[in-house]
Amino acid sequence: MNLHEFQAKGLFAKYGIPVTKGEVADSPITARAAAASLGGELWVVKAQVHAGGRGKAGGVKLARSPEEVERAAAEMLGQRLITKQTGSEGLPINQVFVEAGSTIERELYLSMVVDRASERVAFMASEAGGMDIEEVAAKTPEKIFTVSINPGAGLQPYQVRKLGFGMNLTASQMKQFVNICNGLYRLFVECDLSLLEINPLIVNGDGNLMALDAKINIDSNALYRQPELFAMRDITQEDEMEAKAAAHDLNYVSLDGNIACMVNGAGLAMATMDLIKLHGGQPANFLDVGGGATPERVSEAFKLILSNTSVTAILVNIFGGIVRCDLIAEGIIQAVREVNVSVPVVARLEGTNVEKGKALLADSGLDIMAADDLTDAAQKVVAAAS
Amino acid sequence: MSILVNKNSRIVVQGLTGRQGTFHAEQCIEYGTNIVAGVTPGRGGETHLDRPVFNSTHEAVSQEGADVSMIYVPAAFAADAILEAADAGIKVIVCITEGIPVQDMVRVKQGLRDYQCRLIGPNCPGIITPGEAKIGIMPGFIHKPGRIGVISRSGTLTYEAVYQTTNNGLGQSTCVGIGGDPVRGMNFIDCLELFEQDPVTEGIIMVGEIGGTDEEKAAAYIKEHVSKPVVSYIAGVTAPPGKRMGHAGAIISGGEGTADAKFAALEAANVRTVRSPAELGSAMQEQLGR
Repeated sequence: MNLHEFQAKGLFAKYGIPVTKGEVADSPITARAAAASLGGELWVVKAQVHAGGRGKAGGVKLARSPEEVERAAAEMLGQRLITKQTGSEGLPINQVFVEAGSTIERELYLSMVVDRASERVAFMASEAGGMDIEEVAAKTPEKIFTVSINPGAGLQPYQVRKLGFGMNLTASQMKQFVNICNGLYRLFVECDLSLLEINPLIVNGDGNLMALDAKINIDSNALYRQPELFAMRDITQEDEMEAKAAAHDLNYVSLDGNIACMVNGAGLAMATMDLIKLHGGQPANFLDVGGGATPERVSEAFKLILSNTSVTAILVNIFGGIVRCDLIAEGIIQAVREVNVSVPVVARLEGTNVEKGKALLADSGLDIMAADDLTDAAQKVVAAAS
Repeated sequence: MSILVNKNSRIVVQGLTGRQGTFHAEQCIEYGTNIVAGVTPGRGGETHLDRPVFNSTHEAVSQEGADVSMIYVPAAFAADAILEAADAGIKVIVCITEGIPVQDMVRVKQGLRDYQCRLIGPNCPGIITPGEAKIGIMPGFIHKPGRIGVISRSGTLTYEAVYQTTNNGLGQSTCVGIGGDPVRGMNFIDCLELFEQDPVTEGIIMVGEIGGTDEEKAAAYIKEHVSKPVVSYIAGVTAPPGKRMGHAGAIISGGEGTADAKFAALEAANVRTVRSPAELGSAMQEQLGR
């Protein structure tokens, strides 16, 4: 689960990490009022969307008067912001964050992730902040410093020094940096984050460190014990179909093609997409109905994939292990009748009670093509879709 | 022979009395797996599925001689269950539970350094030595005792590989589902090492998926240390970057973890790769027939 920048900065403040003063607003008027109450002569108006690359996309604007703040907010609110991370649809801007402007002497980079290679939390810093860090990693890897944190011992001062000296901080900045790092690690662990990124962490005109941006990703497996964070969820920033699927315990990802697939198991679901492509078709989605697929879930899954209007054929691929194929077949038949499926359906069933399942499909009188194996299924559905 | 588990394994089920635990343990018992005890804190002294239930895994070890554990406890309690099993002296811990917070697994992996044990999973179908022991949620009947070792990050995709090698008569020595989480127990390399040493295993099928660099590391290991033929398939060629494909670990990020990169690394290590999972069985037959 992602947080908005203003929510992440709220957490930063709670953990003693310096952030610029700011207020969130959902209308141009409140944005203007926010600027007035913040005071000063320079403000930044930032679109609150769950995506990076906002600056280049017009989602971050400087303003030199409360009137300009109001105008900038009016231009953003109600629009969709399209950045290189959002896809062509973009994300709705329902809120803007109005911040006091800062003078920037240096732009640094800080991040923390659960690193799967070391199986620990990795802490990364670079003096090449304000840029695309993947580009920095590719072109000037010597500018990136990483430490890996032992979960028993916690973050150690020598590790913080390695990062701080790596970024050429002054002695007084180093003191601030120690506090920032300790706060960030505490936040990371206590809030079950899977990613935290500050780009940039700035040295301001007074020589002090400050988080100018904040990106936080919370481990969705841990939300059950993070009720306060879960309450910050903003579903307007999520794909509508994917959110709907999640509500039914289905795992769905939209793709650009026209052949929908419904599969049990994530690995087999990916493999099914690959097979469609291999045989000349284009998959419309990834859909995992889970190991314990029930007729009800199959029915919900049909409704979901059919709400995508570009779908011209459906492939059902179920390897029934613990789940019985005859039950799945009943689910398919029920769904095709109920949902009024108008595109061809190819079903490949394998596993427990497969013969019974196939017979049910054949006797249903519905236009469901049975496939014998994976290859046959892919070929049939590609032919049916075109 | 086989790897890790066999007919002599003595299995304790942590979470035996729960709905999932009961359902799957019943299937394992039906398959012939030697389940000797269950653990549910607070239910010690009861009998469930004709097996004694203990308050702790330690008791199951000391009183029933359990040496393998199968874990079905809910995600919130799974990290504790794994570490309890390790502390009790269990040698092979199979954690089926999905949805464990990743930082719990970071702490578990640190904690396991104190013990000599193997962890399989979490978020995995388990491990099976056909005809001897089924420790997990896989359908037993698709397996057949034989010569192929199977390692996979995905459940149902493992079943495809298994079913194909059953149908073409090769059969399986042992099948290990290592799970789809980013921080987990045994990895491809750990299993490859054991299959290479196992005299019954003649060939190895390795099923990977997008995300991380474990398949690349396995490729480097195969090049140096594995003499038996390896056939591999990687799921997720069509997966878009930045999207989590079901498994917590299946995500392409920062240009890392693409299926193409994994296929290339495996091919460079002389692994026979197939672009369709339907060809795993036939490719293995060809490799062995040479």
